[in-house]
Amino acid sequence: MNVPAKVAAHDSGAGADRLFRLVTAGAAWLVLIVLGGAAASMAWGGRVAFQTFGWRFITSRDWDPVSAKFGALVPIYGTLVTSLLALLIAVPVSIGIALFLTEIAPRWLRGPIGIAIELLAAIPSIIYGMWGLFVFAPFMAAHVEPWLSDHLGQLPVIGGVFAGPPIGIGLLSASIVLGIMIIPFIATVARDVFNAVPPQLKEAAVALGSTRWEILRRVTLPYTRSAIIGAIFLGLGRALGETMAVTFVLGNAHDLSFSLLMPSNSIAAAIANEFTEADTDLYRSSLIALAFLLFVVTLIVLTIAKLMLMRIGKVQGRTH
Amino acid sequence: MPLRRKLADILALLFAGAATLFGLVWLVWILWTTALQGGAALSPVLFTQMTPPPGESGGLLNAFYGSAVMVLLALAIGTPIGIAAGTYLAEHGRYSRLAAVVSFINDILLSAPSIVIGLFIYELVVRPSGHFSGLAGALALAMVLLPIVVRTTDEALRLVPNTMREAGFALGIPRWRVTARVLYKAALSGIVTGVLLGLARIAGETAPLLFTALNNQFWSADLSQPLANVPVVIFQYAMSPYDQWHELAWAGAFVLTAFVLCLNLGVRFLARGAK
Amino acid sequence: MIQFQERISGQVSTADAPAKIDIRGMGFFYGKSHALRDVTLSVPADAVTAIIGPSGCGKSTLLRAINRIYEIYPDQYATGEILLDGRNLLERRYSLSALRRRVGMVFQKPTPFSTTIRNNVAFALSYFERLSKSEMSDRIEEALRQAALWDEVKDKLGASALSLSGGQQQRLCIARTLAVRPEVILLDEPTSALDPISTARIEELISELRERFTIVIVTHNMQQAARVSQRTAFFHLGELIEVGDTSQIFTNPQVQRTQDYITGRYG
Repeated sequence: MNVPAKVAAHDSGAGADRLFRLVTAGAAWLVLIVLGGAAASMAWGGRVAFQTFGWRFITSRDWDPVSAKFGALVPIYGTLVTSLLALLIAVPVSIGIALFLTEIAPRWLRGPIGIAIELLAAIPSIIYGMWGLFVFAPFMAAHVEPWLSDHLGQLPVIGGVFAGPPIGIGLLSASIVLGIMIIPFIATVARDVFNAVPPQLKEAAVALGSTRWEILRRVTLPYTRSAIIGAIFLGLGRALGETMAVTFVLGNAHDLSFSLLMPSNSIAAAIANEFTEADTDLYRSSLIALAFLLFVVTLIVLTIAKLMLMRIGKVQGRTH
Repeated sequence: MPLRRKLADILALLFAGAATLFGLVWLVWILWTTALQGGAALSPVLFTQMTPPPGESGGLLNAFYGSAVMVLLALAIGTPIGIAAGTYLAEHGRYSRLAAVVSFINDILLSAPSIVIGLFIYELVVRPSGHFSGLAGALALAMVLLPIVVRTTDEALRLVPNTMREAGFALGIPRWRVTARVLYKAALSGIVTGVLLGLARIAGETAPLLFTALNNQFWSADLSQPLANVPVVIFQYAMSPYDQWHELAWAGAFVLTAFVLCLNLGVRFLARGAK
Repeated sequence: MIQFQERISGQVSTADAPAKIDIRGMGFFYGKSHALRDVTLSVPADAVTAIIGPSGCGKSTLLRAINRIYEIYPDQYATGEILLDGRNLLERRYSLSALRRRVGMVFQKPTPFSTTIRNNVAFALSYFERLSKSEMSDRIEEALRQAALWDEVKDKLGASALSLSGGQQQRLCIARTLAVRPEVILLDEPTSALDPISTARIEELISELRERFTIVIVTHNMQQAARVSQRTAFFHLGELIEVGDTSQIFTNPQVQRTQDYITGRYG
């Protein structure tokens, strides 16, 4: 009489099967170890800074290597402002592109344009940075920022946001470059997810006389809501951690300013710019502590993104 | 249909078209600039001379070499581990808690900031050894490559129909052999695509190298010392005040972009052909 | 469940033939779901036994138990006994490799491996036997001849198996299974994905093969069962309802449910 076993009776006629499973499982464990190791090593590397400054590390504006006072507020501010502004630009554009690619463009055009958008993601971020520094920032300084400063800088309340010397480098330019960079990540997920809406739902709406905009608003977006939120979080996660595109154009100035025209700093940019010059343990530790904060926040954002994307059933894993 | 609804529709469609144009404009602008500036600085000297001291002219030979060596080493390290892990996820995914967790974590790692990977290797390898090294750089790149290969291998294997697995097992062949001889062959184009796309990605990564391989002004083939590489050279030269260094940075940017784009497009056409 | 005696109708009943496979009190579970109940059935050697019944009745489940292919899935398991030449193949101790060498399986959808025709046929053969190059060629030819495919592919053994038509691919899968010289061949709806001409070819092939192999075929096509088999077992909702000589089952079924199914009362 056979006693049923809950465990799969893998007939490893050879121990080779068991070995194979062990090896592949070990490789899988390595993925976990990489993540865990990275988090742990950031925490460890930052411990001197955390111990020295405590919670004030997050709220302090200081950044003075000479007097050994470091605070994360300015980099955090710069990271958040650039990332959120980048999202503000990228999200509507990405939804628009997804709508174009799924509903409006003629079939023969969808492939090439889709590839073109994906190429935006393939361009290494350092190229974005160089272009930002040598082409875009001067362009902003010559044509856009003076206009902003003159026309919006005088307004009450929000004027402060647009007031400042038109040097090109600064929060605004960095945000725009960052925004362009994350467009393909959000747009490709949105496109894939729009295409996954069951055609019967759309056809029913068409039969009722809905326009394409109404179908988007009333059928597609509600159906794909979780995935779109996931895509947005994915874009945010990418934006938060982006280094090279921002480093060139943000200015590496440890100044907290409300004006978008002023230079500032982001966590990744600060680390990239200053790490090789950090000559004291506390300096280095402060930079690594910044990395730890960035890592934790990014992990949370990306986890939310993944959870949202899993809801729609199809998980889109982008490889770039 | 009331005018208001029609108007809203037209506006939305116009916006979508404008958004697409918006995205494309930037793409063209960036590529055009790179081609223009980089093309102007192109010369055979790039491939024959080393990176020069400030104010002098030179080439990028040591940078190309260093990048090539580190990228290939990263591929050698990351690809087998990635394929093995991806195999585990695909073949045991449904019944293993480990597989579910790893799949989740892997996707997060895919989009995590690469600067953290660089710092991790710094703490792990550079600090204890006391110096920057090409080996550390290769390790960092391998870690960036890993989740990409895991994901694409997992997906490629999942695309192989289950009946093929059962057909292999039904012949009495042990599981590992079916995977190695049947499944990998069936999933080969997907796996290769993944590796090539990963290669394109790590070729352009700067942040992980800033804290591991750093840079080397001179020719060096020594992996245990700082090693020149294209992205960091571009970074240092672009941020410098020297015009000749700027030119070299653009030349490097041009070659890098051309390489990455050709690889990307090539992979896509290959994938289409394989179907 | 009640098992009916076969009626001896004048022609030699297959109940007299030695049983190659003896299924005794077999049950099957998908997790908590009880898919097969107390199946007792004997499969005669050198004959074709057809297993018929409406979808979901458990016929594929039964087939897949005979070569224990279900063991890939940890939540599926079998109870009872299946004796192959007197030994219970459901026992853990019975080596899967040895079992599957004696009991081959052909699936519904042709699944050639992504390699050459030659490599497909040689795949299992090269694992189980150490053969010289010429011996290997001979065995490959033997298997392809037995599968009635040799004449069509003898000049292109190096071509990709995927370049063959659906019917040819299925015959290739049969050749692949025959290469290791099994004793039993399990066929799980082997022609349902094929066109009528290929189907007829394969049915012809089955009739030829039964002289040397024990064949069990699952089919939802009753006419096919009537054409190719000598013995037929009818299943419904996980239970064996009736088993007997094919001619008797189709002309004079003893159980009402069998009659209802045969006459198309429900499918």
